[in-house]
Amino acid sequence: MSRLARPNLRAETTASRLAGLTLPQGGAWLRAARGGALARVEALGLPQRRDEYWRFTDPTTLTAPDPTPAAPMNDDEGPAFAEVGALRLVFVDGRFDPQASDADAVEGLEIERLSDAATRDLHWAQGLYGTLEAEGQKPVARPLAALNTAFAGDGVLIRVTGVVERPVHIVYRHDSTTSDAILHHVVKLEPGARLTLLESGPAAARFNKVTEVEVADGATFHHVRTQGRDRERRAATHIFARLGERSDFRSFTLTFNGVLTRNEVVLNLTGDDAIAHVAGAAVGDGDFHHDDTVFVTHGAESCESRQVFKKVLRNGATGVFQGKILVKPGAQKTDGYQLSQALLLDERSQFLAKPELEIYADDVKCSHGSTAGALDETAMFYLRSRGVPERDAKDLLTLAFLQEALQEIADERLAQDLSRRLEGWLSRRR
Amino acid sequence: MTRDTMEGFTMAALDSRTEAPVMEVRPDVLDERENALEVREGVDEATVAAVASLGAYKYGFQTDIETEYAPKGVNPDIVRLISEKNNEPQWMTDWRLKAFERWTQMEEVDWAMLDLPDIDFQDQYYYARPKSMAMKPKSLDEVDPKLLDTYKKLGIPLKEQEILAGVERPEGERRVAVDAVFDSVSVGTTFKAELAKAGVIFCSISEAIREHPELVRKYLGSVVPPSDNFYATLNSAVFSDGSFVYIPPGVRCPMELSTYFRINAENTGQFERTLIIADKGSYVSYLEGCTAPKRDVAQLHAAVVEIIAEEDAEVKYSTVQNWFPGDADGRGGIYNFVTKRADCRGDRSKVQWTQVETGSAITWKYPSCILRGNESQGEFYSIAITNNHQQADTGTKMIHLGKNTRSRIVSKGISAGQAQNTYRGLVSMHPKATNSRNYTQCDSLLIGDKCGAHTVPYIEVRNNSSRVEHEATTSKVDEDQLFYCRSRGVGEEEAVALVVNGFCKEVLQVLPMEFMVEAQQLVAISLEGSVG
Repeated sequence: MSRLARPNLRAETTASRLAGLTLPQGGAWLRAARGGALARVEALGLPQRRDEYWRFTDPTTLTAPDPTPAAPMNDDEGPAFAEVGALRLVFVDGRFDPQASDADAVEGLEIERLSDAATRDLHWAQGLYGTLEAEGQKPVARPLAALNTAFAGDGVLIRVTGVVERPVHIVYRHDSTTSDAILHHVVKLEPGARLTLLESGPAAARFNKVTEVEVADGATFHHVRTQGRDRERRAATHIFARLGERSDFRSFTLTFNGVLTRNEVVLNLTGDDAIAHVAGAAVGDGDFHHDDTVFVTHGAESCESRQVFKKVLRNGATGVFQGKILVKPGAQKTDGYQLSQALLLDERSQFLAKPELEIYADDVKCSHGSTAGALDETAMFYLRSRGVPERDAKDLLTLAFLQEALQEIADERLAQDLSRRLEGWLSRRR
Repeated sequence: MTRDTMEGFTMAALDSRTEAPVMEVRPDVLDERENALEVREGVDEATVAAVASLGAYKYGFQTDIETEYAPKGVNPDIVRLISEKNNEPQWMTDWRLKAFERWTQMEEVDWAMLDLPDIDFQDQYYYARPKSMAMKPKSLDEVDPKLLDTYKKLGIPLKEQEILAGVERPEGERRVAVDAVFDSVSVGTTFKAELAKAGVIFCSISEAIREHPELVRKYLGSVVPPSDNFYATLNSAVFSDGSFVYIPPGVRCPMELSTYFRINAENTGQFERTLIIADKGSYVSYLEGCTAPKRDVAQLHAAVVEIIAEEDAEVKYSTVQNWFPGDADGRGGIYNFVTKRADCRGDRSKVQWTQVETGSAITWKYPSCILRGNESQGEFYSIAITNNHQQADTGTKMIHLGKNTRSRIVSKGISAGQAQNTYRGLVSMHPKATNSRNYTQCDSLLIGDKCGAHTVPYIEVRNNSSRVEHEATTSKVDEDQLFYCRSRGVGEEEAVALVVNGFCKEVLQVLPMEFMVEAQQLVAISLEGSVG
């Protein structure tokens, strides 16, 4: 009986969400991509509470016609990654702010707004925009990403042709209580190119973001983001990346607060000897709900993938990890690793995990580990016996627990910046 | 049983094919096998045929026996007929009919990593009984010798007299009471009288429904409710027989109990129901074995096992599942959809599931523990081996509800040929299950580049005083270990078997002695033809 009711519910949710959106105008190249994506959304339908892929996270507020109001927070910590002199691109509630953004020319780097590029008939992003997202719909559907491709109002298109030392920093600001932002970025790294992309800030009351990244043969892409401290915000983000031979992809995300964050990372290792590291640390309390969903597909030989996710949960917070390593037939010599750990600081917090391996090649080395529990009593006792006050000891052990994830960040300065923010977050909760 | 006697039996059967239990030799299969083999000069065809027919599956013979079938298909009339054949009281018939009603509203589940064939549930026989069993034999002496012979050839002794006389029994040998289920009926249960002296009830479930209705009514469906899942609901409607065990308070069952399931009839599904009740402070170790003849057409097996462990009770349930796995090309085999669940109701109760899954074309099975009592414990040890075109999606659920509960999961999956092997498990720590622990270890081994090994664990931790640890690895057979064995003159297949047995060691060693030996041999046999 309930089985019959569900498809209708999905159709209704999808129809009422689509009713509130209009396809943005654009040139021929973008029109086709948006049309295809809209067809995907209509065919797939938006996610439902009972979908297996949303088992641990309720998508209702992400698919509702209107965002749940969320008050912006006055962030007194100062901008993230201020010390690295990055090229800043600023979005306020999903709208580009040219005044606040840098417009300097950087060698080897082409940056264009999606809304500008949209007016043209042909664009280098044509083969990528919506393409990696579409490929990422199998074997698991990600309808929110297709919705994004169809309706994204803006975003940046970044093409990297050489080794770019200066990082690009996309800064998101949340200003309006009812903002509902949909942004879509495309990053293309030509063979041998190199870029560090930084992202920071809470973006909007509700934020739907897709980033498509093509890392060509021998290219290196480093990505570090921090998702802001606004408590009531909701976000669904997707990264779709295609990795060529000997390419190097690293992504790290630090999440503070937020009543709902779903970060999906979909990596496709298509060239031999590619490396993909994706890591994250999340800390939250109360109604915090954080979901890391990662899908790594090994489609080539001798590739290495590594996932390290750590969560600190307190006062009834919820942490979710769904990670999957898929090794396709022929992807021999694969080295796949996955670690998900949660520290539960009170008895009401919970950790829900589904770390999956699906392997169709025999000469592989794949492993995963997942743990959940309270602070180690022995370690606490040790610190207390040496005169460390209980609160300090707790913070020390909590930071040490998160440090393992922070170590995944290659750039020391960025890691230190995030580490300081973590300390600040903990000290404010004393 | 040793492998040698089994081979001896098979050879004998080949020589005298007209005798009653006929070893099926399918010429078409043999031809293909021959073509695949590179026959050296000097090896005659008869030898090749004999070797091929030995194959990997040693229990593929069929017993030629007159069998009565209920009409094909399933409907309320068939449900009533099964109930009538078992002389069941009205409440049981009603219970079944209600389950059937539910089943008609349910759909097959598709979440497992299995390529499920379309099963026509109306194109099956739901009840098949050897004709000689129409009048229930009063003792084993009255059982059709052909049936007894079948079990003898399977290595299952149904003769308790000799053993009881003590003549042939060496000092200290462990005795095992057996309930033998052949197609839809139980043909006999050994050592009943001796067990009764200890207060233990061990009989077929159909007998228990008649003789001990108060126990059956209290416990049947209390762990696996009739509406639990598609296959369990079907089982609730049409189960024909199975075993019933009741261990009274404080009794340590004087011997191991076992049920041996044999499917013989064609196009027949086997639906058995096992109910084990361990009352306060009791202990029982229970073994289950299963085999079926080689056939081209797949057969359905949907069983339900319910275990209730009261305060301080302990149950060990060990299975060596060796249903016919289908031939090398994936034809035939048993589709095995089993719901096994233990309810650790009482404080300090303990249930241990151990399974060695080598057979079946499809295995869908998740023996689980509901850890309701405080300080209750659940353990799951599993070896699942898939070769050729076999598919297995198996694992466990450990549901921690009580305080200070413990669970341990050790799963070893081995995949060879074109097989797919999935571990699927759930560890759930409820908010009130404080100070609980789980440790899970899932290892997968791949032999060959055409098979798959998958791990799908669900971990739900809803309190912070509990600790959950999960580890999983996937790798291939260690080249160094293989090389070491080979350099010492061990043949390649034997070396693989040795390494795999080492890989499974943690599970093998928790099996009861008889099963351990058999399981080690099964590991080797199941992987025959997977290397080289």
